[in-house]
Amino acid sequence: MSSTFTEDPEIRKRFAELHPPLTAQAAVVESNRCLHCFDAPCMVVCPTHIDVPGFIKRIASGNLRGSARKILEANILAGSCSRVCPVEVLCEGACVMHRYDRPPIQIAQLQRHAMDEFHRSKEPLLPEAPQERDLKVVCIGSGPASLACAAELRRHGAQVKVIERRALPGGLNTYGVAEYKLPTAESLREVELIRQMGVEFKQNTVIATAADLERLQSDFDFIFLGVGLGAMQRLNIPGEDAHSFQRANQTSGVLNALELIAAYKTGHIKILHGSVVIIGAGNTAIDAAVAARRLGASIVTMLYRRGETDVSAFDFEYAHARHEGIRFAWYRAPVAIRTSEDDRLLLETIGVRANGDLLEEIEGSEETILCDTVIPAIGQSPLTELLSNFGRVTIDGGRIVIDRATGQTTNPLIFAGGDCTNGGREVVDAVADGKRAALGILAAAEEKSEAAIV
Amino acid sequence: MSNPVYTPDISVRGFAGGISSPNPFWLASAPPTNCGEQIMRAFDAGWGGAVWKTIGAPVTNVSSRYSSIDWMGQRMMGFNNIELISDRPIETNLLEITEVKKRYPKHAVIASLMVESTREAWHDIVARSEDAGADGLELNFGCPHGMSERGMGSAVGQVPEYAQMITEWVKEKARTPVLVKLTPNVSDIRTVARAAKRGGADGLSAINTINSITGIDLDTLIPRPNVDGRSSHGGYCGPAVKPIALNMVQQVMSDAESALPMSGIGGIGTWGDAAEFILLGCGTVQVCTAAMHYGYRIVEDMADGLQNWMRGKGFRTLEDFRGLSVNRVTEWKHLNLNYKIVAHIDEQKCIGCDLCHIACWDGAHQCIHLDRVSGPVDGHVEVHAIPASFETASRESIAVTPVTRRERVVDAAAHGPYPTPLARIPRVDETECVGCNLCSCVCPVQDCITMVEVSTGLPAETWDERTGGATCATEPQII
Repeated sequence: MSSTFTEDPEIRKRFAELHPPLTAQAAVVESNRCLHCFDAPCMVVCPTHIDVPGFIKRIASGNLRGSARKILEANILAGSCSRVCPVEVLCEGACVMHRYDRPPIQIAQLQRHAMDEFHRSKEPLLPEAPQERDLKVVCIGSGPASLACAAELRRHGAQVKVIERRALPGGLNTYGVAEYKLPTAESLREVELIRQMGVEFKQNTVIATAADLERLQSDFDFIFLGVGLGAMQRLNIPGEDAHSFQRANQTSGVLNALELIAAYKTGHIKILHGSVVIIGAGNTAIDAAVAARRLGASIVTMLYRRGETDVSAFDFEYAHARHEGIRFAWYRAPVAIRTSEDDRLLLETIGVRANGDLLEEIEGSEETILCDTVIPAIGQSPLTELLSNFGRVTIDGGRIVIDRATGQTTNPLIFAGGDCTNGGREVVDAVADGKRAALGILAAAEEKSEAAIV
Repeated sequence: MSNPVYTPDISVRGFAGGISSPNPFWLASAPPTNCGEQIMRAFDAGWGGAVWKTIGAPVTNVSSRYSSIDWMGQRMMGFNNIELISDRPIETNLLEITEVKKRYPKHAVIASLMVESTREAWHDIVARSEDAGADGLELNFGCPHGMSERGMGSAVGQVPEYAQMITEWVKEKARTPVLVKLTPNVSDIRTVARAAKRGGADGLSAINTINSITGIDLDTLIPRPNVDGRSSHGGYCGPAVKPIALNMVQQVMSDAESALPMSGIGGIGTWGDAAEFILLGCGTVQVCTAAMHYGYRIVEDMADGLQNWMRGKGFRTLEDFRGLSVNRVTEWKHLNLNYKIVAHIDEQKCIGCDLCHIACWDGAHQCIHLDRVSGPVDGHVEVHAIPASFETASRESIAVTPVTRRERVVDAAAHGPYPTPLARIPRVDETECVGCNLCSCVCPVQDCITMVEVSTGLPAETWDERTGGATCATEPQII
């Protein structure tokens, strides 16, 4: 990789892991709790269908290498998935132990144990080089979907190039996941594993125009779009732009959640102080809120235009936010941002009430919050403009339309997966998309060569 | 109406012609009975008796001496030792026997003995042990390692003539009851039991440990326990050996030429284990591995648990239930061929692990199916979906994370009338079920799969009756 990354010790300290790893002995004890269900529900609900009982039994038997390979076979980003997956609504949520009055098997922790051991062993992912085939694919974007697609194609001998606009590969895994869940270094370690398979990475390269795409189309047999979503949505309130966060003085301003997360993960923001207001109550909003706390903010308030039962974040994320001392202001919306007399921020808000799906402002409920940083976290917007440049690829509601089973877009030579197709889901969903698309590409290539012979 | 409240009497009186103890729980001759100080602490903890660590010919022990079979993260499912008999001077052991008996006159102290195979040596050790105050003697004809190489222990117990001869020598001298401890390392334990009985033994103890190599260290390739790079076969014990011990005890107790008052040994760690040995005729039981694992304190639950069970069953003394199960074991040819049970799955209890399905398909008779949603198909095995087809369908399915609250609610609602989704609750095809029991063995949930009797409408009939007592057709023909 051309770009290198050095972990900031201060950030490492402030963002200690939320779930420290199991010891080897604890992993064996835990793995022995697994009932080894047939056609296990945990495997069924996992978007990448990892053979959970299969890898857990390998931990129990002391076959850790076999365990890791079993996992990686299904999910190349198993290390990051073991840390970031919302397992409460996936594998661990499906564990039959719930109906057995016992806590579910700690599947994520066991998976991490196997992956950590694998990384420690320094073994390459592929024991031997794949048999090369005449198939060139370029993946645009280097997030989970592209990584999974690239790795699966490489396993089958294709020549794969991954193009990334930013300085570091990995997409949101590198820049967008809370550090206490997935440290940037861990994300890069996974990318390195894929690079060692023979996948070529090119960073700092923007694909934006129809001409860029045309060039790629002539150089490659197939294109995979794993471009994700665009920037976070703006609040569209007065004062938003005028107060944008000044990195120069690093004190106060407006900075969206993904900007904050990327900035602290790369060591560009190491401290926040005073009072921080997060707008929104999704999973990313909570990541940002907790980050603000850990970066030193004394008061962190999440402003949400609906109530506690509507919080779109997972229950365990909401509980975590509570645990970290985050405050919540329900049924309240931002109206404007002004500067206070002592050069801090004044966030003007208004109370709202739900009327069915609509929200109504409540007259006379205005409140002004004196704060230092305002962090919008109301979701990412689609890359509408970029996508419109990709010829013959149908877009619907900001999402690339694909055949779910193969990832093929309406352009038979272009495949896609991840957030740009599903509107924003989890890492594991992107990995599943990428893997399916890789198999779709292989099948399409097969068809193409057969057609050529005929 | 609840059972009347009474305290069952678990004392042992006049076992094997004269040994009494406050309860049937004795510590077996082993490290927990190495010295007087230990035995007195054991009696304080609640043990009724102790068989002293074998006194006899001088020995030197090695290190290490033990190794364990761990299973599914549980320690000491099976245990193995290569320790020899007591390595303390005979005089010290005898002095301490006197001391213990003085302080604990109501507890049973049995001297386990092993000396070289001469009449004089046995007469001498018998006299000295009894003079020291032992309540009885246990002849160690079972130690499977080390001592047997010197013509003692199982070298005696494996040859009926030797066992009988030494028993006779001991009986010439002994005034207290003589128990012969049997080795399981023979093809038929009854041959030695009969010899002991012929020799005049007052009782038996069974079983001693089983010859074993517990395992091999896959890093060093050295078997365990490792003594400076080499190992030796040892004696296997612990929970793993209990079924073997129960079988051997039953064999002896159901054989008129073998049966004697029996002290049961082999994998006993709980009151339930003890009750099973007593049901097969044992008058006392001996414990070692469990005490080595958890300490003397385990006896508290053994006594308490046995009494509570006895009260539940209406037994007032050990004699009320001793031996009740001996005659419930018979030869296979006397079992009723027309008795039929089938598996029944309790849908409310099923957790959907589907282990019964895969066990039945791969390990039994292909009659537990996952077709409650698709609709039952009864008929030949080939018409059912095979297990691999479910796994393939799952791997090929497209699953996504329910990221929104609405998706999660929809997921939770997609259920059936039972705690487990209907598709995951297996169905038993009762017409095909042979009642083998495998599914109920693998089911992790208590009482979820039960075996229910179904009438065949036929009178009881055994193989013996059906064939008129003819010998087995597969018996090799000598030409």
